[in-house]
Amino acid sequence: MLVANLKAELETDVWECLDAVTDPELDEPITDMGFVERIEVTDAKKVRVEFRLPTYWCSPNFAFLMAFGIRKEVTSIPWVVEAEVQLNDHCFGEKVNEGVNSGRAYHQIFAEYCDGARLDEVVDTFLAKAFDRRQETVLLGLQALGHDAEDIVSMSLGQLRRVVFSGEEELRQLPRYLDLLLSQGLASEPHDLAFPSWDGDEIAPHELRAHLAKLRSTRINMEFNGALCRGLAKTRYKEVEIGPDGPTLIDFIEGRVPSREKLAARG
Amino acid sequence: MFKTPDGKEIFVLDGHTHFWDGSPENQANVHGKQFIDCFYAYHTNLSPEDQLWEKARFEKYSEDDIYRDLFVDGPDDMAIIQSTYLNDFYKNGFSSIERSSSMAQRHPERFIVNGSFDPRDGEKALEYIHYMKENFDIKGVKMYTAEWSGDSKGWALNDPAAYKCFELCEKLGIKNIHVHKGPTIIPLSKDAFDVHDVDHAATDFQGLNWIIEHCGLPRLDDFCWIATQETNVYGGLAVAMPFIHSRPRYFGEVIAELLWWVGEDKLLFGSDYAIWTPQWLVEKFWDYQIPEDISAERGGVQLTDDVKEKILGLNAAKLYNIDVAAKKAELAGAPVQIAAE
Repeated sequence: MLVANLKAELETDVWECLDAVTDPELDEPITDMGFVERIEVTDAKKVRVEFRLPTYWCSPNFAFLMAFGIRKEVTSIPWVVEAEVQLNDHCFGEKVNEGVNSGRAYHQIFAEYCDGARLDEVVDTFLAKAFDRRQETVLLGLQALGHDAEDIVSMSLGQLRRVVFSGEEELRQLPRYLDLLLSQGLASEPHDLAFPSWDGDEIAPHELRAHLAKLRSTRINMEFNGALCRGLAKTRYKEVEIGPDGPTLIDFIEGRVPSREKLAARG
Repeated sequence: MFKTPDGKEIFVLDGHTHFWDGSPENQANVHGKQFIDCFYAYHTNLSPEDQLWEKARFEKYSEDDIYRDLFVDGPDDMAIIQSTYLNDFYKNGFSSIERSSSMAQRHPERFIVNGSFDPRDGEKALEYIHYMKENFDIKGVKMYTAEWSGDSKGWALNDPAAYKCFELCEKLGIKNIHVHKGPTIIPLSKDAFDVHDVDHAATDFQGLNWIIEHCGLPRLDDFCWIATQETNVYGGLAVAMPFIHSRPRYFGEVIAELLWWVGEDKLLFGSDYAIWTPQWLVEKFWDYQIPEDISAERGGVQLTDDVKEKILGLNAAKLYNIDVAAKKAELAGAPVQIAAE
């Protein structure tokens, strides 16, 4: 029992660290999207993560990014000595798996498949979309709290941190927005503006409406794709079978284990 | 013909349908299996439960099936059948112009069969365009930029070889270029669903109509920007339509964006048959209104009866030079034939 408990605890560690890996296109954690299919911990030091995307044809470059993201997060857990990542049932799967487990750097592997070019431009495009989406949620939250345009565009990072939100989506997106704001160097000090555009420009009060309209277009697109991907992933996961050792933590989290009632009904 | 609750007859031209063979017998490899499996996932995921098909029927349906689903049970007056070859995945092509045309022969008044070509074939592609014009008198083509061909895993509309083909299309009067953006795999350094090549091609070929199927999904936002700037770019609603059932509010947001950016004269209904059937889509579409708050954010755009009528058929009829009044009269004289049970 002790061993089983420990194993479950370590699997939970892995599961939680994977929250930091997002689908670049959707800006949603791969755990929320249901992409993670299996986590296996052996000897309390080796980890194997299997994931699957909603379709066989999902963008291979994003599949690469997610696979490397998984490896990076898992290997940053202190007790992990060895990590293996496997992408299942994908048109570029073999190459992704060979690359991510080869121990070589991501840029090196990637360059082999695009004449030495880098993916930076595409990554940047999608980071901008993620930024817009996160910012929109926070801006709409502030509007709902009664802040006017003047108030919002002049708000500082310090002031934003003191705002108390109650909406579930605002609470989820605010730390993610701040993460990007800081990591991209768009703000750092408490007196810096909290809401620059992705290009680092200030937004004038009379421009806020148009700015929000632009963010909305981005969000609608991402949500549309997200809805499609969630649905397709759910359909595709019906194919997943429980392993020979019985259901694992992920099987329970993803609701792949039939309830006792259902089993009883099946006889 | 769709009859509204108050008795008005609405002309329905289904802008995006297929007569495919994705059966295991026609699959050349695992990619062929995965391709039809992916379609089936779209079908099972976004259809109402009472509209679900068995896998085997979905893989390959009969000439009777398509006629019944579109025109007898369904409200379509006419349907555009798109050709998609995927020769690397399917032995005899996924949906070939020959097979579709032979099916359409039974009811030529109801079908428009479009061709397809692969610009990477070079001179052969040009010869093939002539062949399709001479033998099938095509008015349009379907372009699938994500199609694999040997080492190539995709192409762009503004590739020089593609431009040669479009020049010929324009010369021969093949005016309607339907474009489907699937994932272009290589080079990996590019956005796999990039739609900016549409912008270039539409600017350089003003005499052609560019119908972007699935409204450029998953790049709806980029597509909207492009369609605003180009007067000859249209949006096909296939794949966006079924959201009317599973996510009606999102559907409202998407339609509001499209009406605002692209406009009511440039959106085309498509069921994407056999992924979905038109009967439930058209019924729900006619009943649908964009929620007030969403409409207010986009200058009050709304799906009025007039707008719906344009989207369901009048817009596509213009692109394909169909005189709707004459066509209605012709079809009234040749009502759908329901096979004896």
